[in-house]
Amino acid sequence: MPVAWLEKTMWTLGLEVHRQPFSRTLPFPDELRERYMVKGTNVYGILRAPRAASTEALVLSVPCSEGPHNNQAVGLMLALASYFRGQIYWAKDIIFLVNEHDLLGMEAWLEAYHDVNLTGEAGARREGCPWPFPGRAGGADAVPAEIRSSGTLGRAGAIQAAISLELSSDVVTSFDVAVEGLNGQLPNLDLLNLFHAFCQKNGLLCTIQGKLPRSDWDSLPAFAHSLQTLLLMVLAQASGQPRGDHGLFLRYRIEAITLRGINSFRQYKYDMTTRLHQSYFFYLLPSLSRFVSIGVYMPAFGFLILVLILKISFLGGGGGARGVSKPSPLLSLDGPHALDLWMKLSKSETGSAERLWDSDHAGGEARPLPVPSLSPPRGPPRSHQPHPPRFPQESRPGLLVLVPPLVICHAAGLALYYLPVLGQHVATQHFPVSESEAVVLTVIAIYVAGMALPHNTHR
Amino acid sequence: RGGMLAAVLLLLTAAGPGPGPVPVRAGRDALREELLLSPLPDGDVAATFQFRTRWDADLQRGAVSHYRLFPKALGQLVAALGVRELHLALTQGFWRTRVWGQPPLQAPAGAELWVWFQPTVTDVDKAWEELSNILSGIFCASLNFIDSTNTVTPTASFKPLGLANGTDHHLLRYAVLPREVVCTENLTPWKKLLPCGSKAGLAVLLKAERLFHSSYHSQAVHIRPICRDASCLAVSWELRQTLTVVFDTFSSGQGKKGKLGSSALWSLSVHSTSLSLPLTLLPTDWSLFKMFSRTLTDACPLASQSKVYVDISPKNKEKELLEVTPPPASVHEAIVQGDKRTYAVYDLLSPSLFNTSRSLNVQLKWKRPQDSSDLPTPILHAQRYVSGYGLQTGEISTLIYNTHPYRAFPVVLLETVPWYLRLYVHTLTIITKGKENKPSYIHYQPAQDRRRPHLLEMLIQLPANSVTKITIQFERALLKWTEYTPDPNHGFYVSSSVLSALVPSVIAMKDVDVDVEQSSLFTSLFPSSDGSSYFVRLYTEPLLVNLPTPDFSMPYNVICLTCTVVAVCYGSFYNLLTRTFHVEEPSRGGLAKRLANIIRKFRGVPPL
Repeated sequence: MPVAWLEKTMWTLGLEVHRQPFSRTLPFPDELRERYMVKGTNVYGILRAPRAASTEALVLSVPCSEGPHNNQAVGLMLALASYFRGQIYWAKDIIFLVNEHDLLGMEAWLEAYHDVNLTGEAGARREGCPWPFPGRAGGADAVPAEIRSSGTLGRAGAIQAAISLELSSDVVTSFDVAVEGLNGQLPNLDLLNLFHAFCQKNGLLCTIQGKLPRSDWDSLPAFAHSLQTLLLMVLAQASGQPRGDHGLFLRYRIEAITLRGINSFRQYKYDMTTRLHQSYFFYLLPSLSRFVSIGVYMPAFGFLILVLILKISFLGGGGGARGVSKPSPLLSLDGPHALDLWMKLSKSETGSAERLWDSDHAGGEARPLPVPSLSPPRGPPRSHQPHPPRFPQESRPGLLVLVPPLVICHAAGLALYYLPVLGQHVATQHFPVSESEAVVLTVIAIYVAGMALPHNTHR
Repeated sequence: RGGMLAAVLLLLTAAGPGPGPVPVRAGRDALREELLLSPLPDGDVAATFQFRTRWDADLQRGAVSHYRLFPKALGQLVAALGVRELHLALTQGFWRTRVWGQPPLQAPAGAELWVWFQPTVTDVDKAWEELSNILSGIFCASLNFIDSTNTVTPTASFKPLGLANGTDHHLLRYAVLPREVVCTENLTPWKKLLPCGSKAGLAVLLKAERLFHSSYHSQAVHIRPICRDASCLAVSWELRQTLTVVFDTFSSGQGKKGKLGSSALWSLSVHSTSLSLPLTLLPTDWSLFKMFSRTLTDACPLASQSKVYVDISPKNKEKELLEVTPPPASVHEAIVQGDKRTYAVYDLLSPSLFNTSRSLNVQLKWKRPQDSSDLPTPILHAQRYVSGYGLQTGEISTLIYNTHPYRAFPVVLLETVPWYLRLYVHTLTIITKGKENKPSYIHYQPAQDRRRPHLLEMLIQLPANSVTKITIQFERALLKWTEYTPDPNHGFYVSSSVLSALVPSVIAMKDVDVDVEQSSLFTSLFPSSDGSSYFVRLYTEPLLVNLPTPDFSMPYNVICLTCTVVAVCYGSFYNLLTRTFHVEEPSRGGLAKRLANIIRKFRGVPPL
């Protein structure tokens, strides 16, 4: 990246220019580019708003790497900067950021700006990131394990919103907006609505997931089209990887989107006087102009959970088959009761709750102590019993029962923590696979092995 | 000088207010006005106005009824509330010390008020509240929002600038309102305090539409008692009204430097080497007319001194950077903030100035272009920011730079944090050059919820050529729902922290003993202790912190509305269901019957 040229140009435009060199050690070598240690420099210029005290800022970022990939966006950004500099009505500082190495540079810049260290402690390399952190197509396919950025930065207060520009051809026919961020986080829907309104007003072709909304929305093919768009979005969210450089902003509660091939989003974006808040943060988009709110899709999950609840209460009713009414189990879901219920759930077909504990104790063990006198003759299931006197008597076998699942859980956790790395070493030694592939393969192997585990751990 | 004095007297008698001679003995007062134009290192221009009214009368003794130049509103305030010193600054924007250098007078963004009261004042808090309310009315500012939650009593940062015996800091109150927006409605009452208003003298330049077309605007009022003469046997009162504006070279319409066409940039390829941009920069030339859309035609008739200073100090000991027209009558050399400066002086009271032309339009011409590399960094500057993310915790970080090559000096840091950011003082770390830097003095006053803010004052030694990082973690409190400001999602402001330091100067200041009355105003507000250092007070950026905010939007309203509706409906319905109705015996008859019954009761006869 022509750092010196960018600095000089930005300074000529009247911006306050800063540079941020960073270096990052990748845990897995990037085979596409054959690099292990990534070094780069972010250059950014701050347009200081007149009569504002640098308390808040907007970010316009452009990824710029080697090669003529995003040159038009850099040019556009500089042109915008030159135009913006002459205006006097800004109330927020505007940061024009050119970040190198796509997501790596963006993450480095954001961490330095917010003075946090998320992707690795100095000295101790953290090996297992919860999921791989691959860049976009052509980006760095790597987990950022260590980041070192030097120098103190020019800052401009709290960042309110950000736009990442990607423009790789001189001729722009349509504009695609990417919303999915890291771990499926989404920006405020208002930002997207703004973009949509902008497209509508200017008669531009705007797409989401690369799909143009159809005009006939109530026909069957249109429904299929919308479903396809929606599923693509779900898929992109489920993958957990950001679909643009904006994705890393969302962690810091900065509303951000990536625009691919857009030329003037400005007048709408910067009319924003308040922080975007009165809208949805959870939504699915079947098309750019329609959204599925969380209020619509959450009830489905609610019903899924309702099945469990119904099952529990039904079980309770089954347990109390001796025709006794009893308090709702939901009201007493605490301590051993919840455990009881859980056991009951897994034992639902084996009969009444009275035998539950007996069967749960190891088969060879002696019959448990007789039910204490506290158990009334009508015998409601113990799970709904006020428990204190019973607890000391049955605690010994009860605690023993707890041991195997605990051990298994911990073992599984440890295995999940260590196996990818170990498996990676083993795999690269014995099989002709690359390191990053080895991680994926190991995870798949663990998953399959996990499925093969017996689900009924008792008896 | 004799000629000038004569001219002053002539002017005074010619344009004095009202008929009859001015009573000279009953409190001599004098007005001096001054405008300092200083080009800033990055090409912007700062203009600092100072109007100083000095009154040889003791306001505290009462018995002052005749006000001439001193504004009566402020004089009565000082007398009535036992104010010893008052400093009020209203600022829009932020002085960027790093690129603009040390300001002559800095103020934090928003409104700042600090007051020393007389020892005779018994209830300082009450006087403070009253004072802020009165000032709020005088200056049309929201100073009435100053209450105990943003008032602190610093122990070390703010010393009296004027005559004072004893500095019992319990008599000091300090408050900053970082959210205050300063605009014309604050400028107009400020201008009205001037003896000439904005009718004559330097004040004709104070046109709101130009002053607020700038990058930085700060207006201030300082009242303090000073020595009447060198023997200091009597007290005079001084009112200083200062106004600083910074004009941006870009936003003035004519882009400064070779302007880049956006169409050229649109198609430019970053990696092409053939592209050449105009990289030598020649900032725009300036004139009074371009800055203020006015020129100076006369001095204020009431002023005893009226001067325009233009900073023409050469940089890097090379040839002069600026060319000033018309050529100045005299050149003044002074040592300001540890640096030797040269000023071109225009005395508006000298009759020769307006001989050739009717008005004075000072013009500045840049002689040679500037480089980006040779921006001088000030010896002391600071930066403050909030680090971390999420809505639970955070960290306030302050970076203080000492760029002096070989001298270390101490700095007093004053941090005022609202109570809703709960500071964890055990997390306070001060790190210089990788090592912990123990402050030699710490004064910490913890906050009380809804009562008072955190106050943290520290004396920190800054080693030469170092960066000191001060961090302290905080937790964001959840406010009661009525305590949120309008638009709470925007965030809550944390006022600037204050850095006070005696910065060692690069060159020795020899002329310390210069008579204050004769020296220029911009050098004389802060007392300089000795020749080797000078006093600097810096303010960092205010911060904008997000607090966990309930969703005040539609769902929230819906919930509130539904709850209300349900409560009302349920209440009445429940009432309806549970109430038992029974027929009440209609009471027959009125007063007469009751009386009759009483009588019958006495008589032992059954009632009617």
